[in-house]
Amino acid sequence: MSAQIPEVRSTDELREKWMKPEVITGSEILLRSLLLEGVDCVFGYPGGAVLYIYDAMYGFEDFKHVLTRHEQGAIHAADGYARASGKVGVCIATSGPGATNLVTGIATAFMDSVPLVVITGNVISSLIGTDAFQEADITGITMPITKHSYLVRDVEDLPRIIHEAFHIANTGRKGPVLIDIPKDISAAQTLFVPQMGPVTMRGYNPKVLPNKIQLDKLTQAIAEAKRPFILAGGGVVYSGGHEALYEFVRKTEIPITTTLLGLGGFPSGHELWTGMPGMHGTYTSNQAIQQSDLLICIGARFDDRVTGKLDGFAPHAKIVHIDIDPAEIGKNVPTDIPIVGDVKAVLELLNQDVKRANQADAWRAQIQQWKNEKPYSYKDSDTVLKPQWVVELLDETTKGGAIVTTDVGQHQMWAAQYYKFNQPRSWVTSGGLGTMGFGFPSAIGAQMANPDRLVISINGDGGMQMCSQELAICAINNIPVKIVIINNQVLGMVRQWQELIYDNRYSHIDLAGSPDFVKLAEAYGVKGLRATNKEEARRAWQEALDTPGPVVVEFVVSKEENVYPMVTQGSTIDQMLMGDE
Amino acid sequence: MTIKNTIAVLVNDHPGVLQRVSGLFGRRGFNIESITVGQSEEVGLSRMVIVTIGDENNLEQIEKQLYKLVDVIKVIDLSSKPMVSRELAMIKVKAEPPQRPEIMGVVETFRAAVVDVGTTSLIVQVIGDTEKIDAMIELLKPYGIRELTRTGVTAMIRGNA
Repeated sequence: MSAQIPEVRSTDELREKWMKPEVITGSEILLRSLLLEGVDCVFGYPGGAVLYIYDAMYGFEDFKHVLTRHEQGAIHAADGYARASGKVGVCIATSGPGATNLVTGIATAFMDSVPLVVITGNVISSLIGTDAFQEADITGITMPITKHSYLVRDVEDLPRIIHEAFHIANTGRKGPVLIDIPKDISAAQTLFVPQMGPVTMRGYNPKVLPNKIQLDKLTQAIAEAKRPFILAGGGVVYSGGHEALYEFVRKTEIPITTTLLGLGGFPSGHELWTGMPGMHGTYTSNQAIQQSDLLICIGARFDDRVTGKLDGFAPHAKIVHIDIDPAEIGKNVPTDIPIVGDVKAVLELLNQDVKRANQADAWRAQIQQWKNEKPYSYKDSDTVLKPQWVVELLDETTKGGAIVTTDVGQHQMWAAQYYKFNQPRSWVTSGGLGTMGFGFPSAIGAQMANPDRLVISINGDGGMQMCSQELAICAINNIPVKIVIINNQVLGMVRQWQELIYDNRYSHIDLAGSPDFVKLAEAYGVKGLRATNKEEARRAWQEALDTPGPVVVEFVVSKEENVYPMVTQGSTIDQMLMGDE
Repeated sequence: MTIKNTIAVLVNDHPGVLQRVSGLFGRRGFNIESITVGQSEEVGLSRMVIVTIGDENNLEQIEKQLYKLVDVIKVIDLSSKPMVSRELAMIKVKAEPPQRPEIMGVVETFRAAVVDVGTTSLIVQVIGDTEKIDAMIELLKPYGIRELTRTGVTAMIRGNA
């Protein structure tokens, strides 16, 4: 199955033609510079302040431009593109409301360290600061949620700025970089000299290689540890360190958990893998963290959803923290062995002389016992569809091989728990910010980056309605995303908290008034299917898989289902509610 | 233990850098007691001197978070070494002719200077460390302070370092 996404016509010949030094406008400089950075797909929405840029794009086919129906759709799509490909995602929006509509998506990418270059237009330079029509100080607004930002003041700076922006976005701890281009700058002309060389910036030198002394300390600690445990996060995926991690585990035979963003960074079928940790993690992972005497944190940042109550987290463990961002080390959890460096580089160096953790045999047996005794479980039913069963159906029929994107809420946790990820960049979800509305548009980006792979977007009935307008994109571009809606007719995760923590006081969670999702899909020209029991579910899902284009499949599931296990806020992670399995 | 820390931050002299730095303090919940900015010895770079209150972990986080800003070139913890720190204050104090000799006495003792004389007031300029300025203000208070402005601390490590 392959997406019918139009091929871009960029060839070396064309590239050579575009890249000649020439006097051109800021807008043309932007397009040519994007090509130089290897961009093949841009998500955007035109408006007054970016009209010169869009004018330059008229008839321009060297990269694909996807016109979304909302700027939020554009930036989440660019984010999904980046997460699923490892390349920098690019989106363009106009000034004022166009730019401010990107804020949620920029914050989402920032929290999860996703490389984006976000291009916004602004009013002409002389009008900046006058509260001109559609003016917003977007560099000011986004300062706390970007890795860096630029307001372009001179067209001559534009090639350098774009080159730097891509460098900053995709090196070190990755993140979104914003370039704000006033309208007169996009119209001004200058001699364009292509920028290709290495970037040197005095204030920006991410440390890639670790300190050897610290590595030796870790090797020693592994030899001495009786209960070692690995906590691996998104940094493994982002650095491309998954193979090095596999090798590290193969050599040391240390049991391993992967965080929500680390899913896929280590094969889920592996004997030493214990599932996700934290608030909705496995019994095994949480017990293992709490009882370990050596906790090796690799490319994860001790988020509060992972640690639970910090005071009492991993109380017996010597803590090792491997991270490219020095500021993460010691931020939440005091660290005994800090290792600053790129996860892949660190693991490859470690693998040269690390040995099997020989004193941990009893510990490995203990972990296996927990895994066998307390796996994820739920009470299945023959009368209503259980959401966990639906995810298992998706997993079985695709053998864990799809790219799965999710929105935020219960369905996200069930997807994380019951879909078995075996390769990196096959899991796209909003972790740090927990952004509803992310799931569906991010799948469009993931599919654009991977035209030949099956992309499944799992959404709740709440989040689907936050960006459902992007169904139009799937229809007109024939982007064959399989859009799953787990419909329980309420804001499920909020309902769960209200049930467990707020004494069954179900305040404003009823999503009555939702559209008929099948008809909604059809209104956009997308096939829509619905299932209310297992038989229908199997049939509908198979039909979705057999259909070449985009399909919406609504699974109407039990309203009362909760996500278990659960660690409530203020508890340590071994104090888990296990549900009534 | 909560202590006062003085840090110097060498930054690119670009528009918006002060906003980035002060915004970082606000967002991360770090406290700014005073902040001064001006040119440095190198063209294109400014030096900020920031006085902040917090414990040791706090200071470490501040340094690390500052280094994450692309426009930050160098962060130096001045208070970890012997340093010279100075602040300037101007105090407009109520001064009818009969009080003036007394006020002049205070000014001389502190090696401060009178930089403006009005019919019923004087502007006193005082330079020194924060404690000295605090003391001067205390002594002038009884005469009636009409207006007071302080620059915040700027500082340097002693010696050749």
